[in-house]
Amino acid sequence: MKAGIILFPGTNRERDMALALQRVTGAKPAIIWHGEAELPAGTDLVVLPGGFSYGDYLRCGAMAAQSPIMRAVAAFAARGGHVLGVCNGFQILIETGLLPGALLKNASLRFLSMDCHLKVERTDTPFTNRFKPGAVFRSTMAHGDGNWFASAETAAQLEAEGRVVLRYVTPAGEATAAANRNGSVNNIAGICSANRRVMGLMPHPENQVDPLIDGTDGLPMFESISASFATAG
Amino acid sequence: MKAYVTVMPKNGVLDPQGKAIGHALAGLGFAGVGEVRAGKVIELELSETDPAKAQAAAEEMARKLLANMVIESFKVEVR
Repeated sequence: MKAGIILFPGTNRERDMALALQRVTGAKPAIIWHGEAELPAGTDLVVLPGGFSYGDYLRCGAMAAQSPIMRAVAAFAARGGHVLGVCNGFQILIETGLLPGALLKNASLRFLSMDCHLKVERTDTPFTNRFKPGAVFRSTMAHGDGNWFASAETAAQLEAEGRVVLRYVTPAGEATAAANRNGSVNNIAGICSANRRVMGLMPHPENQVDPLIDGTDGLPMFESISASFATAG
Repeated sequence: MKAYVTVMPKNGVLDPQGKAIGHALAGLGFAGVGEVRAGKVIELELSETDPAKAQAAAEEMARKLLANMVIESFKVEVR
């Protein structure tokens, strides 16, 4: 599997993402500068990592969405390419129009840096196939603008199409208001495209991939990605 | 000429920033303040001299970048 991680000015989680991917694939992902107009030939997966691209000017992800590489990423997604956006990467996917809705300031107005628990609502995506159905896993959130919002119609449509992949829940798996720290509609933490190949989420599964550093709760996501490409040949 | 693009959260979109400002104003003793909503103004210096064309151009810019139409509305004023 050939993965490429996009680097914008202000991105700061690209190394953690590279280590997480390398752990499951054994191959070092390419780091791709935002000014590039093309993805490296043979790219299987594009990852937009976390950070504060362009200082979050205008809106989080709005500037990055206009960069040359995002035109290539959009074309890649349109051809059926796999794209994962984490945190600021999710914000960029939304600003690029590759995923629906918007990410508002957290309802508390506070930057949230803490553990959260996520329920896997779908295990038939390239990003979650190694989780058990209904699995709950611990992850980390670290964002100021992660309050996913969409019109009632859009949210209902996503739910009906089964495009809600992850939800904020209690450790016991209940989608309560208290577990929904940033105020997202329907406790939504991660969504995917209609073909399930573009996924965005606010939390950071790449934080939990090493048994020596905060455990391996997030590892199944990366094993899922690796497994998808192993079976796809 | 100059175009002023005012970008505001749409009605129905949670505006915690506006709420916080409202609370702070009440804390300062300002009475009679109802709902507070916070947006932003973007000032554009345009080389266009035709007001109608400047208006149309600024509106296009707002739709494409300055406002996120999912959560924000905008209005353009050309001066």
